[in-house]
Amino acid sequence: MLQEMRAVASEASGGDQKSLLTLRDVGKSFSNGVTALRNVDLTIGQGDFVSLLGPSGCGKSTALRIIAGLSTPTTGMLDWHGGQGRSDIGFVFQEPTLLPWASVFDNVWLPLRLRGVSREKATPAIREMIDRVHLSGFEDAMPRELSGGMKMRVSIARGLVTKPRLLLMDEPFAALDEITRFKLNNDLLELWQDERFTVVFVTHSVFESVFLSNRIVVMAARPGRVFREISVDAPYPRDEAFRTSPDYATLCRETSQVLGEAITLGGGAHDGH
Amino acid sequence: MTAIEPQAGTVPLDPEEARRVRAARLERIGKWVLPLAIMVLAVWLWDRICVWNEIPRYILPRPGEVVATLYTDAGLLFGSLLVTLRITFLSLLLAVAGGVGLAVLFAQSKWVEMSFFPFAVILQVTPIVAVFPLINIYVDNQTAKLLLCAWIVAFFPILSNTTLGLNSVDRNLIDLFRLNGATRWQELWHLRLPAAMPYFLGGLKIAGGLSLIGAVVAEFVAGTSGQSSGLASRIIEAGYRLNAPRLFAALILISFTGIVIFLALTLVSHLVLRRWHESALRQER
Repeated sequence: MLQEMRAVASEASGGDQKSLLTLRDVGKSFSNGVTALRNVDLTIGQGDFVSLLGPSGCGKSTALRIIAGLSTPTTGMLDWHGGQGRSDIGFVFQEPTLLPWASVFDNVWLPLRLRGVSREKATPAIREMIDRVHLSGFEDAMPRELSGGMKMRVSIARGLVTKPRLLLMDEPFAALDEITRFKLNNDLLELWQDERFTVVFVTHSVFESVFLSNRIVVMAARPGRVFREISVDAPYPRDEAFRTSPDYATLCRETSQVLGEAITLGGGAHDGH
Repeated sequence: MTAIEPQAGTVPLDPEEARRVRAARLERIGKWVLPLAIMVLAVWLWDRICVWNEIPRYILPRPGEVVATLYTDAGLLFGSLLVTLRITFLSLLLAVAGGVGLAVLFAQSKWVEMSFFPFAVILQVTPIVAVFPLINIYVDNQTAKLLLCAWIVAFFPILSNTTLGLNSVDRNLIDLFRLNGATRWQELWHLRLPAAMPYFLGGLKIAGGLSLIGAVVAEFVAGTSGQSSGLASRIIEAGYRLNAPRLFAALILISFTGIVIFLALTLVSHLVLRRWHESALRQER
């Protein structure tokens, strides 16, 4: 069953598609005895928009941190195809995580600045990124003057300013209201289609994962593991029309069912979290 | 700010809102007027008590007399004030350098902090007056003596606050820096030091007052040994000579200096933080 789903998924995402990164038998255990991840095999193709969907404690954030290199796996390994440099990765956290003492411009500059790129040299890239996330005119604003959604836009611009091949996002829109979240979902998809980077997106929202991704990896908890993969065949560009379409509703229902099974399996049904 | 601010007076206010505006205006005025009125009242009462009880001027001078002394002895007193100020500022400068320097050192490794922080605490909790006889034996130079003394009193709040600040950086931001291959130096300069700024400035405000106290106390215990005659020496001297007006004048100069230092550091703190830190933001809504 599981293999079958995988086969379908890889076919859907195009047989000739190159893979960017493969996780082979990745596991992570902590000193307190918790096994956050076990036997995770996952291939992320170039240009994929992969969502990691699952209940709390299924290790989706841990998986993201391992991919980012912020955490080392206890077992297994990461295989980057065609080599990997640190600058291949952009990371967007659950909170905007901006430097409160720096302007929007300087916050977006930060990743380049840490690479030794001067303000003058970085300016075109920074301006372009700020424009891409629709924040032109707010370059000199301080983070505290911005709304939650705008802060998240800055965070995304900062994640993309180095033109990474892979953008990792850890429940980036979880704290936002629904209207703002929808808007950011649309804008993120637009960016992704234009720039052709790869996204691994951690979420616990079925609706968000179906709307955004071409592949959904449903994870189960205790121990964290891949439960099943779902491929979302709906064509891009996806817009508000897709959000209200029957196809979308069907996909959401199916995904919800799979997530429900994963939760029951993980014993998380009685979990309050 | 992008928020739309309605112009006062153009919008009709409901009674509750009008009451709120009135209360806010009263509070703004009261904030200045009340303490000033109480101060004036206290000085007046001081004056009356002197008159009613016919207290001799060498025990409690009348306020007017103190002010007159401030004027007549200006040369002497302000000269001494300069001496005290010099020690105060030098020790504050050293406290900043030492406090921040040690805090940065502590931030480099938990081990360093664990090993050396107890020393800083010991230095802080031992009363300086009790330590001074030792300093007196080991250090010859009078200025160095006073400086060391004031420094010991003033550096601790800067050290402990800055250490706390350097360690209270958002974990995610540290991850972000690591992801972008930041060096230790970059992490310190672009992340930890700015994040510690509000904490440091809080410590600086305390240290400013303490360095003045340190300078005065040091001079007290060092005794009036001739050449270095700061305000403390003037007070002791005036005490011996039963020159109460001058004693009071010197006292007023010291507390006035303390107030100015505090206000100046508060202003510095506000100017540095006003664009980003919660503590410096005007309450809105």
